[in-house]
Amino acid sequence: MAAVTTTPPTTLRPVRRRFPFGRAAAWTVMGLIVLITLLPFYWILRTALSTNAGLSADPTNPLPVDLTTSGFERALGLQSAEEAVAQGGAGGGLDFWRYLLNSVLVSTLITGCQIFFSAMAAYAFSRLRWRGRDKVFGLFLAGMMVPAIFTLLPNFVLIKQLHLIDTLLGIALPTMFMTPFAVFFLRQFFMNIPKEVEEAALLDGAGKIKIFFRVVLPMASTPIITLGVLTYITSWNDYFWPLMVSYSDSSRVLTVALAVFRAQTPQTGVDWSGLMAATLIAALPMLVLFACFARRIVSSIGFTGIK
Amino acid sequence: MTIASSSPPSRLPTGSAAEARTRTGTERGVSGEDRGDGRLAALFIAPALLGFLVFLLWPTLRGIYLSFTRFNLLTPAEWVGLDNYVRMVNDPIFWDSLWVTVEYVFINIGVQTVAALAIAVLLQRLTQSAMLRGIVLTPYLMSNVVAGLVWLWILDTQLGIGNEIISGLGVDRIPFLADETWAIPTIALVNVWRHVGYTALLLFAGLQAIPGDMYEAARVDGASEWRMFWRITMPLLRPVLAVVLIMTVIGSFQVFDTVAVTTAGGPANATNVLQYYIYGSAFGRFQFGYASAMSVALLVVLSAITVLQYRLTRAGRTDLG
Repeated sequence: MAAVTTTPPTTLRPVRRRFPFGRAAAWTVMGLIVLITLLPFYWILRTALSTNAGLSADPTNPLPVDLTTSGFERALGLQSAEEAVAQGGAGGGLDFWRYLLNSVLVSTLITGCQIFFSAMAAYAFSRLRWRGRDKVFGLFLAGMMVPAIFTLLPNFVLIKQLHLIDTLLGIALPTMFMTPFAVFFLRQFFMNIPKEVEEAALLDGAGKIKIFFRVVLPMASTPIITLGVLTYITSWNDYFWPLMVSYSDSSRVLTVALAVFRAQTPQTGVDWSGLMAATLIAALPMLVLFACFARRIVSSIGFTGIK
Repeated sequence: MTIASSSPPSRLPTGSAAEARTRTGTERGVSGEDRGDGRLAALFIAPALLGFLVFLLWPTLRGIYLSFTRFNLLTPAEWVGLDNYVRMVNDPIFWDSLWVTVEYVFINIGVQTVAALAIAVLLQRLTQSAMLRGIVLTPYLMSNVVAGLVWLWILDTQLGIGNEIISGLGVDRIPFLADETWAIPTIALVNVWRHVGYTALLLFAGLQAIPGDMYEAARVDGASEWRMFWRITMPLLRPVLAVVLIMTVIGSFQVFDTVAVTTAGGPANATNVLQYYIYGSAFGRFQFGYASAMSVALLVVLSAITVLQYRLTRAGRTDLG
């Protein structure tokens, strides 16, 4: 709300110009919220750029202690085991480049396929006419009621039977084809596309398939991008499911790797500097992705999807 | 969703209920031609339907079936009837972990809802800055694992900056994640940090549907912000708040990641939340049947909560939303 100060006409209630305590208090609260939100991010960076010895010696220093990139070197497996151990690392030989690649592959596969297939289904549910359409859609909606976590154990059994344990495909499969939410979300938008646009395309001789690609998808690009980014972030941050499915480096993603790194605590204490460097490597791609689309996402997180 | 519209033209306050901006309802219009698109629809729906049947419907049914069996992954599941459920009811650790989970949800949702509401109202009434909205959302971009690890470090008893500040104030250091009393509230608050921004933006979207001139009219009448919040914002936001509550409560009950990377269920089972116990039963002790039975119990609890909250919401429908 822009505080437009116009001199009010003399009313029964003269406006007294006082110091606006309420507004000042509100801004203070807002400032505090921003501080609590952002400080941990700075602390990750400050810790990652310190040495473990420095962290113990000077825990309250707001700046990096003994500025170094050795934490990142340990996280990225660029240090020899002896060197790592000497600097308070575990020397466990974790290869974060590989996990980064795995995370990118899994998230890209899930997001690309899930959005495309969900959009196809949403198109069938919103712009095509066929018998039993609403019944099938009702079934999908009922699927939204099942908490994701409930299907994890049986899905694990299924992936095991398919011999896809410890593969990236095994991690991606369950959410690769759809989520009820994605179908529901996109259907809401496809419904709002005016019929006239579709009819004009039909008169031009375009088929329904062409309309899907040339009319519907472009017109719903903003919600599709929003859903895409949110799906990417969700799959990138998923931990429970990949933890079940992957056993070795070949399919290990960043979230699981971080937990392993944390569990490999050396005798002397946690390698905080290396752990925070690894954390930053895991978190940074999402921050960058979000920064690219922030405006669209922030303004389209709303109730369209959950009405 | 339209991109945040610029300041709406201020209409005269009518005092009547504002029109809701809902756009739902299925299209029943026939687009000129009367033959259905059956074949094409089958093609379009095939991949999603396949995924739905294979990875959602089938596992759900199978999960329920497995809860009546003894199953260790290596040998075929053998039917044991209600054994798993009898065992569950008599398992003190199960009840303990359910209780721990309820405590977690209570703190997590209580704090998060109040904080998200405060943030949403500030974003609506104090400033319309899109940048602030973006900042508020940043923790949501982290995984629970990252959030857990960062706070584990900040709250570390020996070296964490949080405890350094506490001891600087002359108070004894608090072993936040290593103490039976502190661990669950700490994990609950860490997850508030991660999710509160997203929740606030959902509520903010609900607030955007409240016409600005209602506030203007109230201001002319000399109402304070505090009064407007209770008289305008809260009543009109209630349906949206109810939906957000259902979503967040269900999410909160499924807490796992943060516990797994910070306390691993300890100290002395103090943070052995239900999902963690289920995971341990399945992958630690290979009791897939028992783990499935506990999952079914959780499913029943969540369904009951959904139905209950939905009922309560319907009773309190307002003319907005």
